[in-house]
Amino acid sequence: MSDQEKSTDSATLWAIGEARKAGIQTVWDRYQAQVPQCGFGETGLCCRHCLQGPCRIDPFGEGPRTGVCGANADVMVARGLSRAIAAGAASHGGHAKHLAHTLLKSAKGEAADYPLKDEAKLRAVAARTGIKTEGRDAREIAVDVAEKALREFSEKESPLAWAAATVTKGRVETFLKLGVAPVGIDSAVAESMHRTTYGVDADPVNILLGAVKCALADYAACHMATDIADILFGTPQPVVTRANLGVIKSDSINIALHGHNPLLSDIIVQVAGEQEMKDLAAAAGASGGINIVGVCCTGNEVMMRHRIPLATSSVSQETAIATGALDAMVVDYQCIMPALAGVAECYHTRLITTMQIAKIPDALHIEFSEAGARDCAKEIIRAAADAFGKRDPAKISIPDISSAAFAGFSAEAILSALSLLNRDDPLRPLTDNIASGSIYGVCLFAGCNNVKIAQDAGYTAMITELAKNNVLILATGCASGAFARHGFMTQEATEKYAGDGLKGVLTAVGQAAGLNGPLPLVLHMGSCVDNSRAADIAVAVADKLGVDLNMLPVVASAPEPVTEKAVAIGTWAVAAGLPTHLGIVPPVLGSRTVTEVLTSTAKELFGGYFIVETDPLKAAEKLISVLGERRRGLGLDS
Amino acid sequence: MKQIFVRPDRCMACRSCETACAVQHSADKTLFSAVLQEPPPMKRLFVGAAEGIRMPVICRHCEDAPCLRACISGCLYRDDHGFVRRRKERCIGCWTCIMLCPFGVITRDSEKHIAVKCDRCHKLDIPACVNACPTRALVMAEPEEVAADRRQKALLAASGGD
Repeated sequence: MSDQEKSTDSATLWAIGEARKAGIQTVWDRYQAQVPQCGFGETGLCCRHCLQGPCRIDPFGEGPRTGVCGANADVMVARGLSRAIAAGAASHGGHAKHLAHTLLKSAKGEAADYPLKDEAKLRAVAARTGIKTEGRDAREIAVDVAEKALREFSEKESPLAWAAATVTKGRVETFLKLGVAPVGIDSAVAESMHRTTYGVDADPVNILLGAVKCALADYAACHMATDIADILFGTPQPVVTRANLGVIKSDSINIALHGHNPLLSDIIVQVAGEQEMKDLAAAAGASGGINIVGVCCTGNEVMMRHRIPLATSSVSQETAIATGALDAMVVDYQCIMPALAGVAECYHTRLITTMQIAKIPDALHIEFSEAGARDCAKEIIRAAADAFGKRDPAKISIPDISSAAFAGFSAEAILSALSLLNRDDPLRPLTDNIASGSIYGVCLFAGCNNVKIAQDAGYTAMITELAKNNVLILATGCASGAFARHGFMTQEATEKYAGDGLKGVLTAVGQAAGLNGPLPLVLHMGSCVDNSRAADIAVAVADKLGVDLNMLPVVASAPEPVTEKAVAIGTWAVAAGLPTHLGIVPPVLGSRTVTEVLTSTAKELFGGYFIVETDPLKAAEKLISVLGERRRGLGLDS
Repeated sequence: MKQIFVRPDRCMACRSCETACAVQHSADKTLFSAVLQEPPPMKRLFVGAAEGIRMPVICRHCEDAPCLRACISGCLYRDDHGFVRRRKERCIGCWTCIMLCPFGVITRDSEKHIAVKCDRCHKLDIPACVNACPTRALVMAEPEEVAADRRQKALLAASGGD
């Protein structure tokens, strides 16, 4: 595997070189050790759901055509996919539930470190979910919102409020008609596990519909996570920051926050800014003070709300340590490679785990609790300061590479920017420009970096094509990290890459917002749970136009997906009616039925469907052609 | 000249060698196209199991090959590398080769009505099956090396070591 096949980012490549010199294995080495990977896994044709297995089906038809129980390729593949989605929903559910518990404690006065920071958002969420707000104190409302949120996890008699009240009426009707409206987040996960266990659901299409139900539970969890994070930490507004390894500073105590939930990361940022911690840094000899940097989605959370720079993202998480100047890497949960422990051992870096459900041997574990959040943050910063004194100067080598990046375009922020153009009807400038073709369509980029693709290659190739064709770009999660590293979240990128129509719109909004130029080419909407923010914008536009989501010229793309969470998000995007591109072939090709349902039948049922295309330029072409189809469907183009 | 050898104690019976073999003998030589190919590509080696052992059974390209001696139509021949290969157009489907192969690794292509066997991936330095084996149960080695290794193991066993 040549370096060019590993990454297209110069800072990552630099760090790969440093790691190689130091004899340290990284994700790319481990991937190579796995190649060739098992074809049964790659096609979804293996099953380990019972102790009579493991079973495999021969994709070439010479060997077994069913598992021991008689499950054929269609059943095996559908069950595997369904379980992946359940795992994704369980992850986002865990994240959202954690926030909901904290909101309840906050409202009851049991979590002093978590004041209700955004009362307007609290009231908006309460109103949307049918909770009385008039004449009520914020704390009272917050108790109701938190309790309602927590009730969403078990099995209710009615569809999830966080799903049903946040999409179009047309979507709700479709979901009810197809029997895929979830009535509980955890209960949907449990149901998926039940129906895919030994001897339950053996109808591949029925299994897939169950998987869609679970994916919609994932959507509800994502939306709830966004809502409650905003209530507790503030709804993001645009900020300017920087991204890439160059944000690590040799004269500072560098602390990377990695994972997903803002519950601890936001507090660490708050505490790091206090005098006590500044004094601690000075005493440790760090003239630059404390420098907090982000990795992955919790990095996005603190980037949006506190302008914290992004050091790197998912696939390249180890590279931050390879600078030799990272004093602590603090992790919560999800996308944390266990390999970090081994890399950290080669340096002075303290790997600090913080969550009871996510420990790593050889890491320092400082357990987080809402009641003691600030104390936990202080202990972490002290551990980092202690590590700062143990740096090996010979190992320090930070690439002077970083890009400016605009971040923090929440749905609220986008609407308020648009309202500068039309105060009474903020969506009008957006819908008018879509109608005129100045905005040909919208593409939401989401997902990860996958070791199988040269890091960021999928994103950068696709965005230039789409932007040239006047497609408005939204991004979340590690997709936004990719764009940030390569300078696509800047005004200069708009000047350089946007087609004339798109450039005109972004410039009009940017000028009205006092930016003295256009909006950035990519509107950064947050972490992966914040895909819900993009859904909010799409729903508002659909409602405004009086059509359903499956008619809008809106598409989604995950050029480099990795996680089961990404599979869940992709599936709810399809159920929401969006044609959704995947740049990695998911493990489904072993079943023609499942492949056909995902890429074709889904279109008849939901309007959305998967487009699997590993060539990014062809993928961009396909998405542009789909947007054209949607535009013609709305009568916008002949 | 290196040959393919099997180390049965390493074999996980994952059948990755079979998959890789079929892919290598498919039109596009990629897994995802191969699984969609009609008719499906055929593998040339076979993972099997018996009491206490599991391993791929492969063509040995025998130096005195019964299949080659038996082939009456001039289909099977030995190439410059010493591999026993087919001139496909000459196969008449008499299956005499299948009858005489001591390993049972020649099979029938029911679409083309001809015999199918291992060609040792003659265009590749390392055969696809060996390359695909995640546990190195399949290895390339000189027969003399393997024999020396076996002798060493026999000596260790005789001395009571392992």
